[in-house]
Amino acid sequence: MDFLNAIVALLNFVVIPATAYGAQLALGALGVTLIYGILRFSNFAHGDTMALGTGFVILFTWWFQSMGLHFGPLPTALIALPFGIVVTILFVLGTDRAVYRFYRQQKAAPVILVIVSMGVMFIMNGLTRFVIGVEEIRFDDGARFVINAGAFKAATGLAEGLAFKSTQALTILTAVVVVAALFLFLNRTRTGKSMRAFSDNEDLALLSGINPEKVVAVTWMISAGLAVIAGTLYGLDKSFKAFNYFQLLLPIFASAIVGGLGNPLGAIAGGFLIAFSEVGFTYAWKKVATYVLPESLAPEGLAQLLSTDYKFAVSFAILIVVLLFKPTGLFRGKSV
Amino acid sequence: MNTSNPYQDDRGNNDRSITREGGGDLPYPGKGGAAVPAPGGPFLAAENMTGGYGAADILHDCTLTVEKGQIAVIVGPNGAGKSTAMKAVFGMLNLRGGHVKLDGEDITALTPQDRVAKGMGFVPQTNNVFPSMSVEENLEMGAFIRKDDFRSTMEQVFDLFPILKDKRRQPAGELSGGQRQQVAVGRALMTQPKLLMLDEPTAGVSPIVMDELFDRIIEVARTGISILMVEQNARQALEIADRGYVLVQGANRYTDTGAALLADPEVRRTFLGG
Repeated sequence: MDFLNAIVALLNFVVIPATAYGAQLALGALGVTLIYGILRFSNFAHGDTMALGTGFVILFTWWFQSMGLHFGPLPTALIALPFGIVVTILFVLGTDRAVYRFYRQQKAAPVILVIVSMGVMFIMNGLTRFVIGVEEIRFDDGARFVINAGAFKAATGLAEGLAFKSTQALTILTAVVVVAALFLFLNRTRTGKSMRAFSDNEDLALLSGINPEKVVAVTWMISAGLAVIAGTLYGLDKSFKAFNYFQLLLPIFASAIVGGLGNPLGAIAGGFLIAFSEVGFTYAWKKVATYVLPESLAPEGLAQLLSTDYKFAVSFAILIVVLLFKPTGLFRGKSV
Repeated sequence: MNTSNPYQDDRGNNDRSITREGGGDLPYPGKGGAAVPAPGGPFLAAENMTGGYGAADILHDCTLTVEKGQIAVIVGPNGAGKSTAMKAVFGMLNLRGGHVKLDGEDITALTPQDRVAKGMGFVPQTNNVFPSMSVEENLEMGAFIRKDDFRSTMEQVFDLFPILKDKRRQPAGELSGGQRQQVAVGRALMTQPKLLMLDEPTAGVSPIVMDELFDRIIEVARTGISILMVEQNARQALEIADRGYVLVQGANRYTDTGAALLADPEVRRTFLGG
């Protein structure tokens, strides 16, 4: 019985939250890795694209709620999501037209594009705060739980409760669908293949008649779409705070680099690796340890390796270790 | 890449976690001029080409012509401008003088991409495949500009290079050098070009594979496709050439049929090692 309790506690506090968080990071890292693979620079504005996109989704959610529109047990934000994606895509394509295209036509060195993306980041960052404010916003509605801790305890008779929030379930489900769709697109469609070809060998792609402007536009659209989905899921799961998304940039980049920049499969693996490490290092293992270990060995302290305030240090440390020992990432990336 | 443009100066950045190397050198399409009808003359006539990458000229009044279904080979010492001459024909070089005519049209003002649409196929010396994509996908990308059904062309390529059919699902980057060259040639053939340009197709492959590749190139020419080829292995290349050009310092030194050049004692002594 103790062993079952330990498993339930582990699921409840580590596996489920980390899986949901990992799915959010993976979606974010996929966008970063696509831009890196095809446009050849790290897009520092990605975190703020997430924030801005989520801001649009929240505005649409409020509007729908004010009209009395609801999505049953699912959050209203899910109806607002496609609208938010469309607005964000238009915004990002406008940015590309107004800012990035000039540098692309100049054949600017990628490092200049990195700095350009930082400028875009500051603008987006300011715009988000200006439009939706800096306060914490909770915009989830509908059913709170798929599995309720109290009901679980009553049903199983275990001492530990298992809570599975509907936003977590939604995150994992959406991530699976989106990732599957993305891989189908990249491997099966003509446009997807032309994007891979452009990423592989730009000159040869041009010689084959692939239109670079179309490839770039589609890349921005997919990346923006992924950013809004990831941002909205993160906001539903935790809460929306403009600054949080800026901070998410570090774990997202860590995920993309750990998996191997430019490799979509790596971005997903990296996302989950970073999420599980962050949660694992900052979780107080006392409860689980008390259940499985004999009483004499049970820890006296919290058995927490790092305070949750330091969770970003975990992704940073992993990032540095990977860059030192396997700079191409765990999966073969396009860097180096 | 020239660095006279300050936007192209990366200030020594080598951080691959924020930028990715290897962007293309080709200009993006849309800036070229239009083709002008210019009937008469050989199938491909690149005449009096003068120009280079920067201020200094590499090509001086260089002329290359190919008739339909013929093989023309450019040979010459290192640094003679052989590859540059071919790039000039393909529009990857700004010409200060001369013109390029293909099949009765003056295409001097066209971008490389537009020349592909006009029936030129170009196989660069290096980086001539999409390494992470399968052989089949490489061929598919070769046919990207075609809106019709290209499966029969793919079958023709597989007939020409049977090994590619066996390896169709394998990433091109995992193939041997010779097989990779076959993918590269196959990719260029997918547009059904009228003129196929090969920049040192046998660079870095074994002698057996080289003979094999030359045989295949003759087969391609027999289907009516003109071939313009730069070769380091001058003797073998001239043996299959209908027309040979010996370039020295960006200018034509000797021009004749392949057999005549091979028989010329002066050419033999100076360029073919006796």
